[in-house]
Amino acid sequence: MIRLTCGRLHLGLALALWTLPVFDVALADGGSRVVSLGGSVTEIVVALGAGDRLVGRDSTSTWPPEVMDLPDVGYLRALSAEGVLGLGPDLVLAEADAGPPEAVEALKAAGVPYVAMPGATDHAGILDKIEAVAAALDLEAEGAALADKVGAGLEAAEARAAAVTAPKRVLFVLSLQGGRIMAAGEGSSAASIIALAGGVNALEGVKGYAQVTDEAVIAAAPDVILMMDREGSMAISDADVLALPALAETPAARDGRILRMDGLLLLGFGPRTPEAAEKLHDALYPKAG
Amino acid sequence: MADVPVLPDALRGPWLRPDGLTLALVALVAGVSVLSLGSGAAGVPLSRVLPALAGIEALDRRDAVILWDIRLPRLAMGLLVGAALAVAGGLMQGLFRNPLADPGLVGVGAGAGLGAVLTIVLGGSLGAWAGPALVPMAAFAGGWAVTMLLARIATRAGRTSVATLLLAGIAIGALAGAATGVLVFLADDTQLRDLTFWSMGSLAGASWVKLAAAAPLILAVLALAPRLGRGLDALALGEAAAQHMGVPVERTKRLAILATAAAAGAAVALSGGIAFVGIVVPHLLRLASGPGHRMLLPRAALLGGALLAAADIVARGIVAPAELPIGVVTAVLGAPVFLWILLRRAGTGAI
Repeated sequence: MIRLTCGRLHLGLALALWTLPVFDVALADGGSRVVSLGGSVTEIVVALGAGDRLVGRDSTSTWPPEVMDLPDVGYLRALSAEGVLGLGPDLVLAEADAGPPEAVEALKAAGVPYVAMPGATDHAGILDKIEAVAAALDLEAEGAALADKVGAGLEAAEARAAAVTAPKRVLFVLSLQGGRIMAAGEGSSAASIIALAGGVNALEGVKGYAQVTDEAVIAAAPDVILMMDREGSMAISDADVLALPALAETPAARDGRILRMDGLLLLGFGPRTPEAAEKLHDALYPKAG
Repeated sequence: MADVPVLPDALRGPWLRPDGLTLALVALVAGVSVLSLGSGAAGVPLSRVLPALAGIEALDRRDAVILWDIRLPRLAMGLLVGAALAVAGGLMQGLFRNPLADPGLVGVGAGAGLGAVLTIVLGGSLGAWAGPALVPMAAFAGGWAVTMLLARIATRAGRTSVATLLLAGIAIGALAGAATGVLVFLADDTQLRDLTFWSMGSLAGASWVKLAAAAPLILAVLALAPRLGRGLDALALGEAAAQHMGVPVERTKRLAILATAAAAGAAVALSGGIAFVGIVVPHLLRLASGPGHRMLLPRAALLGGALLAAADIVARGIVAPAELPIGVVTAVLGAPVFLWILLRRAGTGAI
């Protein structure tokens, strides 16, 4: 490092502008080689038009499809510091819960700017996250535009939800390992999106995601079963789901109402959340005719 | 051996008489270490690592962090954890006179798992962030507590019954497992995924801080283990025979349990659950050079360390820039060897 005296500062700055290495220009530009950790963060980067700056992603970043071509540094909470550094990033954008802490420390020690995002899964949280990503990428104007658009979409969803007169009771089923039902309770991310779509989370008295007894499911009396799309061997047909003893006795099974949506779209709480809420709303309350 | 200067028996350790196999193992550790430091996703090759280690050339900040803060602590942790697991396995097999015993039998694993799960689930919603040393410390405390409890249960009137130890270990392991199950039930989905990764083991959390906490303990066990060798060899003939040979049977048993709890507890604390090293390594060495514990235990430390460091190279390299949990790698490599051991035993009818 060259120490500058005050008198020479202006001259020094002028010279520095000429001799600035490419690397520093990139930094001033908000990162030209960005590694994005977390599905919603990656979506925001692409939505801001900065997808071409991405050089890596984590395994939860699966949308939009073109990010699947990027090198995958593994699961968000079990990162390899060297794997991330090997991509030569000049900026790392991460979901609040990226880890392990040692890997994050090593990234910071190596001099890579590391920006952790706010983690709330609600209206304000989504807008905060968009603004944080935009600030890190030095795209404040684009960020403000995207936040306005997403905010308007969320408000529209909230208005639609408020207009629902007879809300449907929705049971979000996370998994059905061996007939055991893992479902979404109060305060879960699934409960948030169900509320935004104008539904009611059917399972009460349970916090977060939990394995629930068959009787609790029957007592919850869901009108609709909501599940994530699963590919391949994990897939279980609608008929099989509704035939489970716990579910067979519910209004949802009587009417054959089972919905499936992409997990990241549904629970990502990113720029596509208004779209997710609208899709879910329309599926819950199909237009007559 | 009249020309050998008279040394106290405990000090006339294997290190003073390095033979071909031990030297080969030392060379193996050195080779794996060099490979480990020169390989990784960030592409800092050996040609730049070696001069930097020798202090000839300086690396830039990024590469210096990769070498000194990522690869080197990881290598040290692999060598230490591998050595600890292998020696703890060797000690247990000597104590139980059964080549298939491992620290899991005396509840170290279940206790350590319970400690780790407790902190991950009840350490607030930010359990993993409450300080990087919290989960390892809790894991160690859990393993230690369960082992001490067992030793107390199995010791009657100053005599430790190995059979009682084994049965009580199964019971306490089941209890710790049940408590873990309750906590898993209470965990939210993020904690569940943390638990899953922890249970598969990884060296990804390597840091100098963690090593500083665990290394003295593991090194102390590695120094103590060969001194228990003679006692364990005598125990192989049965407790009464060992007693007649003048071996302090009770002291040997107690020290073996303590050393196992310390080594396995520290290993699980550092890196989560890593399978098969404790069984496969001593067995390979018994095949190569017989069952004598005085040589077996230090060699197990060398081979265990080399194997785990090598498995880590695979774990880091095979799906780069991501990495596999190392427990997966050791299980994939270890399980077939374990089956082969079982088949051989079934064939000969020998124990």
